[in-house]
Amino acid sequence: MRISRNNKPTERPAKADVDLSLINKLIQKYKGKKGNMIPLLQGTQEIFGYIPRAAFEKISQETGLELSEMYGVATFYAQFRMAPVGRHIIKVCHGTACHVQNAKEISEALEEALRIKDGETTEDRFFTLESVACLGCCSLAPVMMISDQTYGKLTGNESVKIVKTIRIAESN
Amino acid sequence: MTKTTVTVGLGSCGIAAGANKTYQKIQALKETENIDFELRKTSCIGMCYREPLVEIVDETGTYLYGDVNEERAIEVIEKHINQHDPIREYIVYTDLFDAPENYFIESQVKIVLRNCGYIDPESIEEYEAHQGYQAIRTIGEKKISREAVIQTILDSGLRGRGGGGFPTGMKWKFANANKSPEKYIICNADEGDPGAFMDRSVLEGDPHSVLEGMIIAAYAIEANQGVIYCRAEYPLAIKRLNIAIEQAHHKGYLGKNIFGIEGFDFDIYIKEGAGAFVCGEETALIASIEGERGMPRKRPPFPAASGLWKKPTNINNVETFANIPWIVINGAKAYASYGTEKSKGTKVFALAGKVKNSGLVEVPMGMTIKDVIFRLGGGIKKDKKFKAVQLGGPSGGCIPEYLSDTIVDYDSVNATGAIMGSGGMVVMDETTCMVDVAKFFLDFTRKESCGKCTFCRMGTKRMLEILERITNGQGAEDDLAKLEELAYQIKDNSLCGLGQTAPNPVLTTMKYFRDEYEAHIFHKKCPAKVCRPLLTYTVDAEKCTGCMVCLKNCPVKAITGERKQPHLIAQDICTKCGVCFSKCKFDSIVLS
Repeated sequence: MRISRNNKPTERPAKADVDLSLINKLIQKYKGKKGNMIPLLQGTQEIFGYIPRAAFEKISQETGLELSEMYGVATFYAQFRMAPVGRHIIKVCHGTACHVQNAKEISEALEEALRIKDGETTEDRFFTLESVACLGCCSLAPVMMISDQTYGKLTGNESVKIVKTIRIAESN
Repeated sequence: MTKTTVTVGLGSCGIAAGANKTYQKIQALKETENIDFELRKTSCIGMCYREPLVEIVDETGTYLYGDVNEERAIEVIEKHINQHDPIREYIVYTDLFDAPENYFIESQVKIVLRNCGYIDPESIEEYEAHQGYQAIRTIGEKKISREAVIQTILDSGLRGRGGGGFPTGMKWKFANANKSPEKYIICNADEGDPGAFMDRSVLEGDPHSVLEGMIIAAYAIEANQGVIYCRAEYPLAIKRLNIAIEQAHHKGYLGKNIFGIEGFDFDIYIKEGAGAFVCGEETALIASIEGERGMPRKRPPFPAASGLWKKPTNINNVETFANIPWIVINGAKAYASYGTEKSKGTKVFALAGKVKNSGLVEVPMGMTIKDVIFRLGGGIKKDKKFKAVQLGGPSGGCIPEYLSDTIVDYDSVNATGAIMGSGGMVVMDETTCMVDVAKFFLDFTRKESCGKCTFCRMGTKRMLEILERITNGQGAEDDLAKLEELAYQIKDNSLCGLGQTAPNPVLTTMKYFRDEYEAHIFHKKCPAKVCRPLLTYTVDAEKCTGCMVCLKNCPVKAITGERKQPHLIAQDICTKCGVCFSKCKFDSIVLS
């Protein structure tokens, strides 16, 4: 699970920011079903990459779920984000095995190279840097995961190199 | 003549080590050069430290090659397959001669991991070829009663492998006793302990064994719906589970009147966890499946009486379920022949940290910790001094070197103040600071506390603040007494396992490594040289080449010196950030 939680809501975005009709189908699918809150939130996040405030309001109006309860659930779980994220999420593992093998160095090197703090997104919306509790690849510690790819036995310099390579490959 | 097979291990760790590339390379070779062998996929065999692994079985025997990157793959295929000349130096395990990892494989007893690393996890046929679904089929054919199945599990002595250690058969008995037309089986696959990855490997390597375990449990307690609550961080496990569920449907192993048992309807779906450690606690897990905040509630009523949607529910962990089919086929006696008096069978451990052979091992209960770390684990990396082993994650504790003759069973491990937990075993050496480790775990539980109980919510925060003070060099004389008092208050006044065990890492390190705490508090020193505020950074003039890298990178300009002359760190300006230490290529920055 994510340790660095950036699920603080952003300011109300301008209406044009998100196309709320994208979640109509989702709402129809789960409306009135028991235990539907988490799937609704997960589905919304899958569509937008985060849960915009306007989506909360729309779901609440159309399903009758309380806004306060939805906010309670969304802030409880590490999975939910309430701010937009970058194209790639860099998850630096801070599980026990990684911790004793200097995961801190990886996070610090990436913070310096990307000029963002843990939990933040680069200005060009390319990378979001996060700490996670355990990726389950302890034998390769220290580890990080970028999108669905895992990188193991890292050093600070190597992790920066990997991130730079991705940026160069995709900016061309 | 049997056909030669080449099998590549494609578990998460193998893939991270580059096994996909190895697989593609071998596939390309097979096609372009038209070489005759069967190419197979499997999952993790547990030898993570040698990934990527490629196994070749030909008419002469079995050969397991380690560290097979793309270049090695070309070499191995060319020599072994084309020229029938195995490359001895790359072979890590074989049944023909003494290879470096023979011991690692041969000294394990594989029950849970019986198929992991041997079969293709995405093929139901391969699972069935290895006695798969035979247990439940036998139950159906021989019309074995529910009570008899429960009795077998009771007799086997199997205890919950998620950490609690409650007898599994007992749980089933309670759930069976509560009659209801609607009952649930839940598989807890929310492996949240940082440092543990056994369940991931089982789900990725042998998903059908978990499904079969669940089906048998469903039969035993008359459940009609199964749920697997799996961490979203395990995408490969979820993918393979989905494939397995679909295959089981296709074969009629899930659905209505399954395995020829009239009225036995059972289906399974996956619920992806949304990321909360506390959801490993069964009542919190149930709340989460119901779409609520995952907060534990008071027990009783236990889930066996009133669980998911207030119906009788039985929750077991992945490893527990994976044991079930083996026990049904081989009998309770065979299972109970392994282990100690009160802890039967085997236990899977995820060996990680400062140990040479990190990976998965399955050993009979009763093996000493020393044997697991030094014989199976190969000892400590870089041959440093072994200091402690952490068992049980954030709920567990650190067992010091001098207690390493402790055997692994529930009661012996509990006696040390640690817990068996789900099986994470993180090895620590002389360069690990025990106060820092305690702080690490407390930081984790503080963040993951659901906030329901005051002592857990506030107490962990207060304890963490004290530990932060100590590691910053501002520890006070009465801090240890305060920590202890808070620890027992939290233990006594929390509702669920998270709070009741959260102080364990602090209590065990205070018990066994009090000298380290005292060094931090009274001498403002970190013996393991981890806590940065307590360190002094100086330049070793002999090693320094005057390359100016540290000087340029120092954020506070505390370093002075000319090119090609030894540099100097001004102690009054230095903020001990450690940048110079990590940037120096000549190891000339000295910590003291």
